[in-house]
Amino acid sequence: MSAEFLAALRSRFPQAVDRASADHPAVNVPLAEVGAVLKFLRDEQAFDLLMDVTAIDWAEGANPRFTVVYHLLSTTRAGSYIRVAAPCGGMDEAPVAPSVTGLWPGANWHERECYDMFGIRFEGHPDLRRILMWDGYPYHPLRKEFPLAGIETALPGADVAEETGTQVVAAPMAGGPFVASSGEMNLSEAEPRAKDESWSDRVAQPGQTPLRQVKE
Amino acid sequence: MAAEHTFPDSAARLAAGAAAVPEEFQPEKMSLSMGPSHPSTHGVLRLQLEIDGETVTKADPVIGYLHRGDEKIAENMTYNQFVPYTDRLDYLAPLANNMAYAIAVERLAGVKVPPRCEAIRVITAEMARISSHLMGLGAFGLDVGAWTVLLYSLEEREKLYKLFEELTGARFTTSYTRIGGVTRDIPEGWLGRVGAFCDQFLPILEETLRLLTRNKIFMDRTVGVGVISKADALAYGLTGPNLRGSGVGLDLRKDKPYSGYENYEFDVPVGTTGDCYDRYLVRGEEMRQSVRIIRQVIARFPEGPWYATDARRIFAPPKDKVLTSMEELIQNFMIVTEGPQIPAGEVYFEAENPKGVLGFYIVSKGGGVPYRLKIRSPSFCNLSIVPKVCTGCLISDVVAVLGSLDFVMGECDR
Repeated sequence: MSAEFLAALRSRFPQAVDRASADHPAVNVPLAEVGAVLKFLRDEQAFDLLMDVTAIDWAEGANPRFTVVYHLLSTTRAGSYIRVAAPCGGMDEAPVAPSVTGLWPGANWHERECYDMFGIRFEGHPDLRRILMWDGYPYHPLRKEFPLAGIETALPGADVAEETGTQVVAAPMAGGPFVASSGEMNLSEAEPRAKDESWSDRVAQPGQTPLRQVKE
Repeated sequence: MAAEHTFPDSAARLAAGAAAVPEEFQPEKMSLSMGPSHPSTHGVLRLQLEIDGETVTKADPVIGYLHRGDEKIAENMTYNQFVPYTDRLDYLAPLANNMAYAIAVERLAGVKVPPRCEAIRVITAEMARISSHLMGLGAFGLDVGAWTVLLYSLEEREKLYKLFEELTGARFTTSYTRIGGVTRDIPEGWLGRVGAFCDQFLPILEETLRLLTRNKIFMDRTVGVGVISKADALAYGLTGPNLRGSGVGLDLRKDKPYSGYENYEFDVPVGTTGDCYDRYLVRGEEMRQSVRIIRQVIARFPEGPWYATDARRIFAPPKDKVLTSMEELIQNFMIVTEGPQIPAGEVYFEAENPKGVLGFYIVSKGGGVPYRLKIRSPSFCNLSIVPKVCTGCLISDVVAVLGSLDFVMGECDR
């Protein structure tokens, strides 16, 4: 079953090459072909649902740095998926990809999310704004160089920020997610909770008498 | 004289084009911010509406108020550590999310879980579906002015939460699955209590649905309101009851069975017109079908191990072994500190959740931490059709449309 549409796809688009995949059929296509390939799959191979548009950041220095990934599902040919991936064009700092909002209006929000999280500009998108972060947020948080704890930035509302002089403060890492690979770092560094004793009644909190006196 | 005093109503004016109206009658459009803290927006959704009288001329959903960066967090922790974060996606059906995530990682690892584990997962997912639909139904009724439904449905949901608590230790944030299995086997007598719940639930469900199905006020508020055509539903990537309400019979439990769903008989309800009423009917019927599935699972509940016993680098050994045997102690230590060892590759798995299709796209470079984890959340896609559906509606219809789409912002914003 899966071989049929893959063969049809390859005969129409000889540039499409197989992509390693543990589950569904997957192809790599050049960026310029993305629109045509997806249109072909939708109109002639009955992949009528665009399930997902996303991107992968292969970290600074990789070439190509970003890959956009599309997942299509066919509602008529039960449970048939295909994954289409394309390397992003443009420089590291300003990657570009073609928009497929013309084929599926539902791609609108997916592409906005990709732009928000990775900074990939989708050419031909009708309204490419941030979607999860606020307008004017200066970073793209899912890029690999963005730290997990976040970066201090100005408050979203400029008028409020001016009045109050406050900032958006990055989340403290204490008690946050940690990963320790053996040999990479020591465990008490990776797990900040080990050193944080603010919860303990052994340590007097500011403005509060200790609940229990401990004889040292 | 008559012509002078006839004010075309706003809907007709919208249809005819505002330019046809004399300038002195040109209305000023008003901007209305609905939410992020509004009883009908079910969480922290904000709708930036542009209204002309009572008619909505433009609707722009503003999302992200509940954005926690789950995908970024996932890249920085081991596979099992991420399970609690999946609870908080669709927090009305955490067991279904747990299952979808676990299966996605297991597909990547090539782990096959035993039939008993699959059956436990199916039964919990269907119970989660009932509890989620009960809440969706109650809240939808509340939105369009039917108080009583919520009282009935919350009582039933509470009974389910008691069963969840008995099984997982928590009512809401269950964190029940682990990669390669579940946290613990079912308690003794639990299946009997689930069966007893089903027996008493069906008559109450009929009674609850009877409060709405032929209710004049409810029908006036929902029939023919917020119609989503088949083509639109597909174009916007709608899934779950919202897609089936529009007449597309896509249900991944049937079309791409996982976790042994192919062994159970059930029907997939499909709507005809795609209005709010159809979406309500589909949810009602899905609850009956879920009860049907649960009864079949109970009737032939498999014996045997409840986790993948051969996946020694993925599933932690039983605690009594860890405390008594060196080999198992080391195995447990490695899985806890370095995470389950998953080979390099990429996988995309979708499960039919109560709200729609929940997908996990995982890219691994090997080891215990995903390189990239993308969550395809049904509420996010279902909400993207709001600008299209709500334009031209009355403000009161917007409330009905939002209620019928049954979204959860925890999942939409991630």
